[in-house]
Formats: sequence, C-alpha cells, structure tokens
Amino acid sequence: MSSAIFVLVAAAIFGLGVHGLLVSAHIMRKLLALNLMLSALFLLLIVVPATIEGRPDPVPQALVLTGIVIAVSTTAFALALMVRLFRKQGHATIHPDIDPDLLGRRHDRHQPEADNEQAP
Amino acid sequence: MKAYDTLMLALVFIPLGTALIAVMLPPTRRRWAVLLGGLAWPCVLVPLSLAIAREQTLTLVFGGWSPPLGIGWRLDALGLVVLWVHALVGIAALPGAWQRFEPEKPESGPFWSLWLILATGVNLATLAADLFNLYVALELTTLAAVALIATDDGIAALSAAMRYLLLAVLGSLMYVLGVGLVYAQTGSLAMHQPGVVELNNVALVLMLTGLMVKAAIFPLHVWLPHAYSNAPGPVAAIMSAVVGKVALVALWRIWFETAVDPPMLLANLLGLIGAGAIVYGAVAAYLQPRLKMVIAYSSISQFGFLLLLLPLACQQAFQGAGFHLLAHGLAKASMFLAAANIVTVLGSDSIRHLPGLDKRMPLEAFTLALAGITLIGLPPSGGFTGKWMLLSAAWEVQGWFWMVLIVLSGLMSAAYIFRILALTCFHPARRAVHHLHARPPKITSFAALLLALLAVVIGLYPHPVLDLLGSGVPGAGP
Repeated sequence: MSSAIFVLVAAAIFGLGVHGLLVSAHIMRKLLALNLMLSALFLLLIVVPATIEGRPDPVPQALVLTGIVIAVSTTAFALALMVRLFRKQGHATIHPDIDPDLLGRRHDRHQPEADNEQAP
Repeated sequence: MKAYDTLMLALVFIPLGTALIAVMLPPTRRRWAVLLGGLAWPCVLVPLSLAIAREQTLTLVFGGWSPPLGIGWRLDALGLVVLWVHALVGIAALPGAWQRFEPEKPESGPFWSLWLILATGVNLATLAADLFNLYVALELTTLAAVALIATDDGIAALSAAMRYLLLAVLGSLMYVLGVGLVYAQTGSLAMHQPGVVELNNVALVLMLTGLMVKAAIFPLHVWLPHAYSNAPGPVAAIMSAVVGKVALVALWRIWFETAVDPPMLLANLLGLIGAGAIVYGAVAAYLQPRLKMVIAYSSISQFGFLLLLLPLACQQAFQGAGFHLLAHGLAKASMFLAAANIVTVLGSDSIRHLPGLDKRMPLEAFTLALAGITLIGLPPSGGFTGKWMLLSAAWEVQGWFWMVLIVLSGLMSAAYIFRILALTCFHPARRAVHHLHARPPKITSFAALLLALLAVVIGLYPHPVLDLLGSGVPGAGP
C-alpha cells in the first residue's frame, strides 16, 4: 500500500521533470529538470523491486548508488560545459538550428555559383 | 582459459591505465602513454580473434561474484567485429589527431586522456554482459565523446556538445528506467536470460528508445549532424564508426537475447523507423551545404540499415547487418578523416569550395570516391556484400517492401555521393581558392585512404568475417 504512494510520487516528480525539460530554454533549468527526473527514477528503482521481493533487495540499492554517482558527475560536467558556453556567447541557451559558419551565406545551397575569379 | 581472461582485461585496462598515466606524465613524455594506449590494445585482438573462431564466445566473471551483484563480461563474434572496427579506425585516426593535438604541448593533455577514455568506454560497452554494466559503459562513452566534441571550443561545437549531452542523458534515463522494470520483473540483469518467458513490453520499449537516442536513429537523431560536423575530424571518425554503433549493437543484443519472443508488430515498426531513417538521411544529405554535414546525414541514413535486422531476423540478415556495420564504419571514418584534411587546407568545408579539389588534393578526392563506392554499395566493395546479404535475407523471408527499400536506398546514396564527386571533378567553375593553408602531413591522407581501401578489400574477401558472424548468431534467430 505504502509503495503505491511512492510510485505515484515518483511519477509526479518525473512528470514535473519532463515539463521543465520541454518548457525551459535555460540550460541550468534543463539540467535541474533532468536531475528531478533522475531522482524520480531512483525512487522508483528502490521501491518497485522491493514490492515484488517482499524484503529489502540489495541489488537495486547498489544500482541506484552507482546511478547517483554517474548523475552527479554528469551534472558537474554539464555545468562546466554550460559555463564555457555562457562565456563564449553571453547567454546559457542552446541556439536553434543555425550553423554560425553559414550565417549570412545561406543562399549557396546547392551549386557553387560561378565567380568572377577564373580557373587557373 | 585464464590467458584469454587476461587478454579481455587488457582491452579495457590498457586504454584506461594509459589515460590516467597520460594526465600525470610531463608533456614531453606524454607521447609514450598515448602510443601505448592507442596501439597496444588492438594487438590483443589477434589472439582473441583466434580464440573466438575456435570457441565462439568468451566469458569472464570478476572475483567469483556471480551476476547480478558481480560483473560479467562476454565477447562474441559480433563484439569482435565492433572491436576490430574500433581498432582500425582508432589507429588510422591517430596521425590526424597527433598532428592537430601534439602530445608535447601542455594544453593537449586533456584531449589525449579523453581519447583513451573514449576507447575504454567503447570496449567496455562491447564486452558488457549485463544491462546495468552496459549503462555505465555507455555513460562513460557519452561523456568522453561530449568532451571531445567540445575541444573545438567554438560556439557551434559547444552548443552541439551541450545538445548531445542533454539528449544522451535523457536517453540513458529512459534506458535505466527500462532496466529497473526488467529487474523488477525477472530479478536478474543478465543480457542472456534463458529462463524468462516474455519480457515486459513497456520495459523493452523504454530500453530500445533510450538506446535509439544514443545511436541517433532517425526521429531521435537531432543531435548527430551538428555534433559530428563540429567535432575535430579524428573524433568524428571514431564517433561515426563505433560510438553510435555500440548502442545499436546493444539494441540488437537486447532484442535477440534479453527479450525472448519480442512482438512481431514492434519488429515491423522498428523496421519502418529504419526505413524512415534511410530515406530521410539520404534526402537531407543531398541538401546539405557543407561536406561534413553531408557525411553526417549519410550516417543517419546508413544507421537505418542496421535496424532492418529486426524485422528480417534470420542468419543471413544478421551476417549482412554485421558486415554492413564493419564496411560502413571503415568507409565513414575514412571520409571524415579526408574531410578533416580538406578543412585544414581550404579553411572551410562548404561545398562551393570543392570544385577543382581533385587537382589540389587528389588523395583526399580519391578517398572520398572510394569510400563513396562502399556507401552506395557498388559491387566489389564491403558495402555491397552487406546490402546483398540483407537483400537475400529479405528474399528469404519474402519481405518485398524491404527488398524495394534496399535497392532504392542504393540509388539515393548514389545521389548524394555523386553530387559531391560531380562538384569536385566536373563542375565548370574550377576556380582557385583565395587562400590555401599548409597541407597536413601525407601520412594523414594515406591513413584515410587505407581505411577506404580496406572497406573495398573486405568486399573482395568477405568470407572470414561472414563465417565468424555466422557462427555467433545471437538467440539463433526465429
């Protein structure tokens, strides 16, 4: 009975995370949303197998511990990357699909247009 | 048997150890760690190949702890093929990476450690025999790959790396959720679960979706083009050749070995997704204004073939898909290496600079053409053998739709390859580029050419690889 509450809570937290990930543009908010989803996931991993085994199962706990370590290091790395990006472009959002190399010369799509330069 | 255990350990611990040593060594000595890490573990593959040819699978369990708490490794024919692609591409990419990030320079230390950690992650993901160990290995691979993409340090590269990281974390989150459900259902994390009746479909779909994000399969591919095209050339070569492929190979393993009797509807759906990837990737590749973008979108198209194995599901299809993985890995890596040289010399990879390239950089132009033959699947190449096996598998299971698709895909690949080649060799405006940069050392051009040649040669002598793959069909297929 009590595990059903945990599963519902995990689902709610997961949903909040999905919402945050989709709606917010700032990378920090996206990372927070991902971490929220990870927390829900860990909660679920601990609770669901326990309801089937009927007693505490060490394996999911070992998995969640490993998962937490990975989540922490991934988040730290992502934050460092975000700071790098912020210093370069002045805002911490991911630019929509525009390749900075091609800005301003979008017209050359298919064929190299003939230039005034002559072939050697 | 003990000797093979040591060899399998060497596959992971040589690159991992040298990655750690490379950080600690002074820059003047760093090259020895890099050389040892980059060249020593491929040598281990020779005795391991002989062992696999004899015994088909090698397993290793650590410290006497049986799974699920202990960690088990397993090497089979498919894993061996992935490791060979990784080894060959890794060696061929070394000169280009060496020239760009000289190990003597203090600031290139992180690059080499990440390079070796990426090798560790790929090898570990290939060897992993349980679902959670696979997750750890894929995370290691992803993080190293993201950091390597970001070494370029421009806004484009950093944004591409960030987008890849966010999506990859989302993918692995879904994968772990699936793994948790599998554990709740079966009480085991092993990939090979002979006792299980039928896997929970929700868990299966979650795991497959997560892996498809990591492998950049068509609707979930958005991170790939920018990540590949903004990464340094050698990094893009490794990524296109193996980093996406290990996630796909994991998908195959879960499909055929963990899920005992996956529903046919799902198989056809995944096949259709593969078909979508083939068509979309080819059309998008045709429209790209940059050479590296063309090659990146072509990867999306070629990855689609690897999904066709699921609906076809017979021994020939498995051999064909495995062979395609090998041929595409070699050809695509050689194209990225050649494109990296082109960028170095021309200062840009915009296709309007391509006319006249065959005069200025004949080796690179030849490499692109030769690798293109494999991508299209013209007869004497490795790409032909892979597609031919898939085609005859489709004939065998009477999947007419898949047959038409495979034939058409050759035409579509030809369209984007010939567009590049026609611009390079036959465009009337063969104008001079205003400013040519210093040519990279010849060895980088020859390394790319060698990979492209190898992709053709395996098509002339396909039997050793096909026999090896035929002996190790996972789950024996239906």
